[in-house]
Amino acid sequence: MTTPAIGTSSGGTPRAAGAQAAPAESGQRPATFRVWRGDAAGGAFRDYTTDTAPGMVVLDAIHQIQAEQANDLAVRWNCKAGKCGSCSAEINGKPRLMCMTRLSDLSLDKPVTVEPMRAFPPVKDLVTDVSWNYRVKEKITQFTPRPPDAPDGTWRIQQSDVDRVQEFRKCIECFLCQDVCHVIREHHEETEFIGPRFFVYTAALEMHPLDVADRIPALKRDYGIGFCNITKCCTSVCPESITITDNAIIPLKERVVDEFYDPLGKLVKLFSRAHRG
Amino acid sequence: MADFETVRHDVLVVGAGGAGLRAAIAAAADGVSVGLVCKSLLGKAHTVMAEGGIAAAMGNVDDRDDWKVHFADTMRGGQYINNWRMAELHAKEAPARVRELEAWGALFDRTPDGRILQRNFGGHRYPRLAHVGDRTGLEMIRTLQDHGIHHGIDVHMEWTVLTLLTDGERVAGALAYDRERGRFRVFAAGAVVLATGGIGRAFRITSNSWEYTGDGQSLAYHAGAVLQDMEFVQFHPTGMVWPPSVRGILVTEGVRGEGGVLTNREGRRFMFDDIPENYRAQTAADADEGWRYTQGDKNARRPPELLTRDHVARSITREVREGRGSPHGGVYLDIAWIKERLPNAAEHIKKKLPSMYHQFKQLADIDITTEPMEVGPTTHYIMGGIHVDGDTQMSTVPGLFAAGECAAGLHGANRLGGNSLSDLLVFGQRAGTYAAQFAQAHAPVAPDLGQANEAAQQALEPFSRTTGEGPYQIQHALQDTMQELVGIVRREEEMAKALSQISALSARAAQVAVVGNREYNPGWHTALDLGNLLTVAEAITRSAIERRESRGGHFRDDFPDKDPGSATFNITLRKGPAGRMELSREPIRPMPDALKQVIAEGG
Repeated sequence: MTTPAIGTSSGGTPRAAGAQAAPAESGQRPATFRVWRGDAAGGAFRDYTTDTAPGMVVLDAIHQIQAEQANDLAVRWNCKAGKCGSCSAEINGKPRLMCMTRLSDLSLDKPVTVEPMRAFPPVKDLVTDVSWNYRVKEKITQFTPRPPDAPDGTWRIQQSDVDRVQEFRKCIECFLCQDVCHVIREHHEETEFIGPRFFVYTAALEMHPLDVADRIPALKRDYGIGFCNITKCCTSVCPESITITDNAIIPLKERVVDEFYDPLGKLVKLFSRAHRG
Repeated sequence: MADFETVRHDVLVVGAGGAGLRAAIAAAADGVSVGLVCKSLLGKAHTVMAEGGIAAAMGNVDDRDDWKVHFADTMRGGQYINNWRMAELHAKEAPARVRELEAWGALFDRTPDGRILQRNFGGHRYPRLAHVGDRTGLEMIRTLQDHGIHHGIDVHMEWTVLTLLTDGERVAGALAYDRERGRFRVFAAGAVVLATGGIGRAFRITSNSWEYTGDGQSLAYHAGAVLQDMEFVQFHPTGMVWPPSVRGILVTEGVRGEGGVLTNREGRRFMFDDIPENYRAQTAADADEGWRYTQGDKNARRPPELLTRDHVARSITREVREGRGSPHGGVYLDIAWIKERLPNAAEHIKKKLPSMYHQFKQLADIDITTEPMEVGPTTHYIMGGIHVDGDTQMSTVPGLFAAGECAAGLHGANRLGGNSLSDLLVFGQRAGTYAAQFAQAHAPVAPDLGQANEAAQQALEPFSRTTGEGPYQIQHALQDTMQELVGIVRREEEMAKALSQISALSARAAQVAVVGNREYNPGWHTALDLGNLLTVAEAITRSAIERRESRGGHFRDDFPDKDPGSATFNITLRKGPAGRMELSREPIRPMPDALKQVIAEGG
């Protein structure tokens, strides 16, 4: 295969697999995508057959269909590299990022189904109304740092304390964990339950080395942590491999137990807090 | 005339990346009402992709660093056509903006004594980039977002501005549509801050997402503002090249900062072959010295892989053109080799570059701890943009401000890595503050609804055409034109050809047809973006023709050398009375002696 120089002449391009028909990439073949088309009033799956090439991800196929067959096919995306969390969907029934799902990991012998996240109200095609998530975040007590450690207004933090919360701070807010959580998806407890994404967010704040706010009473009372019965569905779909259940939710549940159901521990805590303050 | 829903704010911020969020926070802190309009969901803007870090001369790792060195580095990197006032303010204020992020909850990697750790990056003399592994942008945007939502900012997600509205000479707001329903709305505002980012979608190979269609530059231009330095586009040296579907996605400079080396198909470390004269004294003599630099040896000089981006991108292009490229038309970037130097190298790489490890593993089946990556240049950033006042960030249109990538000045002919995130913070804050002051100091505005009406009608025209081309074909043709004729290596006759193609594409765009209805219709959105893309493509091409020399990100095959006479002006553009693009050469204001002294001493 000859490959032209970058940036100086035409050549293999991100859409070379489509209309421009790249010079015979090995493994190029057509595949069918069964895409949900519709809106809040209802919808149905429609089949689109398009060429695929090595290295393609589901989002590439959707874009190709959009450019060539269905200009008005609605889909959210931004970074195309698993960093922004915009292109969440259900692919063959599994919540995933379209940009990180390679066609080589799917069987192309039968149609690949692509549908919107089902836990959220449909807007159009693959786009859903995720605004609830933004409202939830606003009600969580914001970051509240302790006074600075140094006269110049800065803090001293050990790397190990940073490392402890980095896992939670990797979250790209794709909301796949919210989508798969049965408390939201099936029981629609949206008013009393914040969902796995926001337990991760709360955990990041609670375990932040500088934060001094107390969100434990709210976790029990307003955030509905008791609804979670640790089935770990959220963990299994997280594209950032955050161990949501074990590292965020269970420790938070333990803190709630310590606070509300362990009078001795509570006294010790009050005492130590008074000293720290 | 249509009856528009109107929402009124004192300050309207367009764009919710780092600059827009920081501007909105600053304006809200001054007690004015703030609206923030963004094309995507909150927190998805391109800032999220920034990997390397935030440049700020805090001196935590090397106490020889201070604002003067940062200023001199920025000016040298920009080949001295920067707005020196912006470079000065940026270098002085960046440390405070970084510390402020920490106070709002950002968690940076640490030094052994618990302060913010700083890493090496191309063109920065000392370790200067505050960072969180290789996902600094995510940390920054999330911190700003999570802070901002508690400070009284009205966020309008998935709204796109179609045109700015004026009231006499002043800007008075904007007409926008929402993606979900395709409804129009007038945002009336006493001051508008544009923070819309870049123009990457004008090129075929780019690290930028669909959003970066030059909206801010184009909106400002059509509202009468002056654009500047549009010829200076940064082609980041290391984008992914394989597989085709990920071509252009960024590979952070942090890979080279951690010791990654560039080699050609012969295994030669070609960056040692051509070191520019003005960087020779700062560049390592051999591989060993370069390695020691990346590991924090203060007596070592930087490896040639960490020369400025324009130079590295051209060196890679040369290797590929001369037949020494990798199989897919790039070169090799190898971090796996450090296992010769470090125990537990694989773990070290995964810890320092987690998202790069993840990205290559998942998208290319490459394990970067054992194999080299294939990389090549990708359109990444535009140094030029809206001409602004260095202190206030106000454009030449009263009440219209700009910050971040869509503004011009700080970076001159070439931006240093890490100076973008600090730019967003420093000038986002300034733009927000001065926009709030402007709105408070001036009488309320009455936006010209005739302008809104005209823009709305024009936006709906594509639906009325039953025959005609779809928008994607035109967008792709424009991307091919810019990639092939106005890319890394430019020639006058090719650019003249590009201009005529752009003109033909504009005629096609005027006849574009879209199918479907107004509800979340990407075909329609793409059609509406075409106008902005064509405007910035023309601005880039005309400016690039006018600058008859090679400097920074602008390389002319027909004028391969730097021309000292061209160091005295910036190329500016404005919309002439007949609607034509008018160019001029704007003399650069003389630098105060005190700053000249800083450069002389730090040089």
